[in-house]
Amino acid sequence: MTAYTATVTVRLKHGVLDPEAETTQQALERLGFELEDLRSADRFEIDIEAESAESAHERASEMAERLLANPTIHDYDVEVDER
Amino acid sequence: MTVSIIRFGGSNCDRDAERALEHLGIDAEIVWHEDGLPEETSGIVLPGGFSYGDYLRAGAMAARSPIMADVREAAAAGTPVLGVCNGAQIGCESGLTEGAFTTNESARFQCEHVYLRVERDDTPWTAAYDEGDVIEIPIAHGEGRYEIDDERLAELEDEDRVLFRYCDENGDTGPDVNPNGSKHNIAGVLGDRETVAVLMPHPERVTLPDVGPTDGQGVLRGFEAAENGA
Repeated sequence: MTAYTATVTVRLKHGVLDPEAETTQQALERLGFELEDLRSADRFEIDIEAESAESAHERASEMAERLLANPTIHDYDVEVDER
Repeated sequence: MTVSIIRFGGSNCDRDAERALEHLGIDAEIVWHEDGLPEETSGIVLPGGFSYGDYLRAGAMAARSPIMADVREAAAAGTPVLGVCNGAQIGCESGLTEGAFTTNESARFQCEHVYLRVERDDTPWTAAYDEGDVIEIPIAHGEGRYEIDDERLAELEDEDRVLFRYCDENGDTGPDVNPNGSKHNIAGVLGDRETVAVLMPHPERVTLPDVGPTDGQGVLRGFEAAENGA
């Protein structure tokens, strides 16, 4: 078994309105920053023991499917690194 | 007949729902989610509130608690299920109904009275109204914007599963009378069966005559109507 950290990033699907990101962008602009656009995402770092990086990836993906992301509005990606 | 009102950690409209149902003569009891669904359950309310502090997403945690497997099973067998506000979010998160309720377009918590247009009058929840009726019901949510992809939205509308839309006092819908940016002004939808419904507005808050208008009574009478096969 090897120790891995799986990083799951959950973001709104393209085209789904993100009022929190818009509000954040407006606040940055009020502070004088110039920016084109701003997107926000949730990032989960999950420490797991697994036989292989593939197996760690599979488990983290299932976590994303079943809880961390809502497939109606979210896309997600998973990255796995040895820890 | 006893309606079970499922209390999760952070539910706060459970007692309102109980009082409103009792006022209508519908027997109801609050059930702590860890105690499981009582056998005599003849209807289920998923009440409003902030279950699990809205951690992760509103309704996400409660939707995955063990009692929800029983609720889904009961719903599939025809037991009437009504999700209100946080209960609507739980309903969508658990797959009882399609779509998702997410952050209001305004990014603010909104607490106000709104008008709803009744889209169908042949469901238990709307049997007390006529199609096209306009009812006044309060909302109180930060995450009530109904989201669903366009293809599934078209299917939902083709299947006539939209129950209520936000509208003005004359029943006209449109972006100006959409409090939270919901797709097509949708405020409430039906599940696979007409006995399963969720809505963001609070019918239990407009049921007792001593606190104001009573337009919400008809929705709660859905439990009686379902029993009588309406």
